[in-house]
Amino acid sequence: MTRIPKSVAIAGAIAVALIATALLAPWVAPADPTDIASYNLIDSELPPSFVAGGEARYFLGTDNQGRDLLSAILYGARVSILIGGGAVALAALLGVTLGLVAGYFGGWLDAVIMRVGDVILSLPTILLALLVSGLARALIPNAASASWAPFILIGAIAIHEWVQYARTVRAATMVEVQREYVRAAKVIGLPPLRILGRHILPNVMSSVLVIATINLAGAILTEATLSFLGVGMPPTYPSLGTLIRIGNEFVFSGIWWIAFFPALTLVIGVLAVNIVGDWLRDRFNPKLRSLA
Amino acid sequence: MSAAALSIRGLRVEYPLEDGRVVAAVDGLDLEIAQGEIHALVGESGAGKTTVGNALMGLLDAPGRVAAGRVAIAGRNVDFRTGRAAGIVQGRDVGAIFQDPMTSLNPLFTVESQIGETLRFHLGLDREAARARALDLLRAVGIPEPERRLKAYPHQLSGGQRQRVVIAAALSCDPKLLVADEPTTALDVSVQAQILDLVRALVRERGLGVLLVTHNMGVVAEIADRVTVMRGGKVVESGKVADVLTRPKHAYVQGLVAAVPRIDKRLARFATIGDETAGAQAARDDLRTRYMRPRAEKVPDAILEVANLTVEYGSGSLLGLGRKGGFRAVDDVSFAVKRGEIFGIVGESGSGKTTVANAVAGLVRTAAGTIRFAGQAIGEKRPRALRGAMQMVFQDPYASLNSRMRIDDALAEPMLFHGVAAGRSDADARIAMLIEAVGLAPDAGRRYPFAFSGGQRQRLSIARALAAEPQLVVCDEPTSSLDVSVQAQILNLLKDLRDATGLTLLFISHDLAVVRQMCDRVAVMQGGRIVELADCDTLFADPQHAYTKRLLSLVPNVARIGNRLEPTGASP
Repeated sequence: MTRIPKSVAIAGAIAVALIATALLAPWVAPADPTDIASYNLIDSELPPSFVAGGEARYFLGTDNQGRDLLSAILYGARVSILIGGGAVALAALLGVTLGLVAGYFGGWLDAVIMRVGDVILSLPTILLALLVSGLARALIPNAASASWAPFILIGAIAIHEWVQYARTVRAATMVEVQREYVRAAKVIGLPPLRILGRHILPNVMSSVLVIATINLAGAILTEATLSFLGVGMPPTYPSLGTLIRIGNEFVFSGIWWIAFFPALTLVIGVLAVNIVGDWLRDRFNPKLRSLA
Repeated sequence: MSAAALSIRGLRVEYPLEDGRVVAAVDGLDLEIAQGEIHALVGESGAGKTTVGNALMGLLDAPGRVAAGRVAIAGRNVDFRTGRAAGIVQGRDVGAIFQDPMTSLNPLFTVESQIGETLRFHLGLDREAARARALDLLRAVGIPEPERRLKAYPHQLSGGQRQRVVIAAALSCDPKLLVADEPTTALDVSVQAQILDLVRALVRERGLGVLLVTHNMGVVAEIADRVTVMRGGKVVESGKVADVLTRPKHAYVQGLVAAVPRIDKRLARFATIGDETAGAQAARDDLRTRYMRPRAEKVPDAILEVANLTVEYGSGSLLGLGRKGGFRAVDDVSFAVKRGEIFGIVGESGSGKTTVANAVAGLVRTAAGTIRFAGQAIGEKRPRALRGAMQMVFQDPYASLNSRMRIDDALAEPMLFHGVAAGRSDADARIAMLIEAVGLAPDAGRRYPFAFSGGQRQRLSIARALAAEPQLVVCDEPTSSLDVSVQAQILNLLKDLRDATGLTLLFISHDLAVVRQMCDRVAVMQGGRIVELADCDTLFADPQHAYTKRLLSLVPNVARIGNRLEPTGASP
């Protein structure tokens, strides 16, 4: 086992701490920002407690509706991570499956899957996600509600991201198919699904895990962008992106904290996950590993 | 009195480990090569022979270093701290030939720039002079139409021509010493014979010293004057080729020489010692009783009949929807394999022998012809029972086991899938027996493939092939990537298993000597066709087809050593 660089260890610790507190938000947050009864407009736009005029009750201050910002950030991070993680999981599931199928069977199936992927990749992520969530809102009556929005966001992000998994897995599968253990499995007579699942999949998974880590940060950012643009999570159930959008309207009135702290959380979280992901990528790349 | 081309005294090459210990890849090597002499350095994987070559060329991998010893090339000492020596420059005074001519030429350079680069860099020649010199060199290495070849890129040349270009580049600055690391291992026998002739001629003409690193005893016997046998970084035996190969003193060298398959006569089995666990023979007896039981009903004499088999490889279009057609890898091949025999198919690369194996195993689509197994016609889609009756052993022991699967899982899979074992506990008992039958300890099942050496993995691949209780096993170059002593063990094992189970083997190989030792009948393939099919003894004693005769005459042969060396060796 090689030593883990200090920067990666720190980034990993931050990422784990952030994800843990976010997921445990209902238990660790001082208040519940989704419970309308728990906050009061009188408390709105209070600065953080360590700034003049701040109150001790609200460590990071309050937003424009009087919600405790720290709680809103914890709940918001939770939403962001769940949507980001969900999008990554959906994209990986879709991409790995299609990549395995394309790489193993080849022929027209491969051609169709990969050309569809090419078309999707030729559209910008945000544009495609806007298109998907726009369509969803037109088709589903209450798509903007808190119960539907997460799933639409997950779908909107995953529809673009799966292509990357499919391409990587397809290439890896085409290499593995030529290898003799796969040919041996064919000679045994195992059906294709079993060869794909039991023999090829475990051998292509390491690259998938690396892409997933790197994409997690990207997916969280995409979700934040969409929410910032107003097509993401509703203000009653804010994600980090929604909080930044709300705060953005107040920045020039000197009320900087509403946008600043969610943005800072986002930056730190994305950076930490990216550092870990980059390191993983290098670890699993045999060409780079020998140089380390 | 001219100085020796190469003189090595007490060379020690070390690789530091992460925990601070040190591994000596080469430990105390003494070697002397006179001008005009070919000195072979032989040994099995891990013997350190390639490390010696790399050290001489300044190509040691990063943590490795020369810890002790003196090396002099043409009388001048090499300073390993600077990587180059007083007046000695790699590329000018030491020429290098590597194993794979595909990768030792830069694919983006023409032949002229490959050779010209060295000339202009080391000798300061201008473009015109470099071209004239390159042309001379190409003539010297016997490339046809040298003017035209100057403009060619590596992919436009055949493997043999590429290796000639590599040799031309190595000779470009008139080196005193040529380091040839497995120069013919990637080549077919006919090309190998030409390259060996060329090297021998160049050595005599130019008074070169050659350090020939190889694992092939046949090549050593064919062209080397002296030989040094290494094992685990140390010299085991050194001397004249005739002495070392015909009257080896050290037990290890005796074993090594005995393990080399002979082409002149067939032996019952190879002389190997201590390669199996004690229970192996008993386990094979168990296997025998298992196999005796189900053998039933009407058994046709020919277990496998291939008639007019044709396989074509097409090139796909952009959308993968292109029509088939194009290269015909196997062209109208017919043969029949009798139950219980070992049927060999030999040929050079591109002869279509592996494609025949793949077609029989159902791994490629056939364009025409029929394959009948036990009297029943089979296509690419096969019933499950037939799948289990026909298994395959592959060439690369490192790729043929799934590295993410435990050995017992890998062996249980075909057993359970084909219903050979009733359940996992039944399968486990059989797995233990199989693992013992291939000569490993039964606890091997609980480990992953990385815990095993190449030879052990090949044993496990054979065990997996036997797990489905097949009647026919297709062996595609099963020993080509193994050391010669391990090869002997695996070949012995295949014979023992055949004797124990009455298996039929379809044995694909490029190595005529291995085929000679293993097979009952042999088909010789060339360009997708069978040119000769005969009894093994008949084929080797009295080949009919011109191609077979040529192949047989070209095989480097340890047994031929007497003929070559004795006339000159009579007056030492």
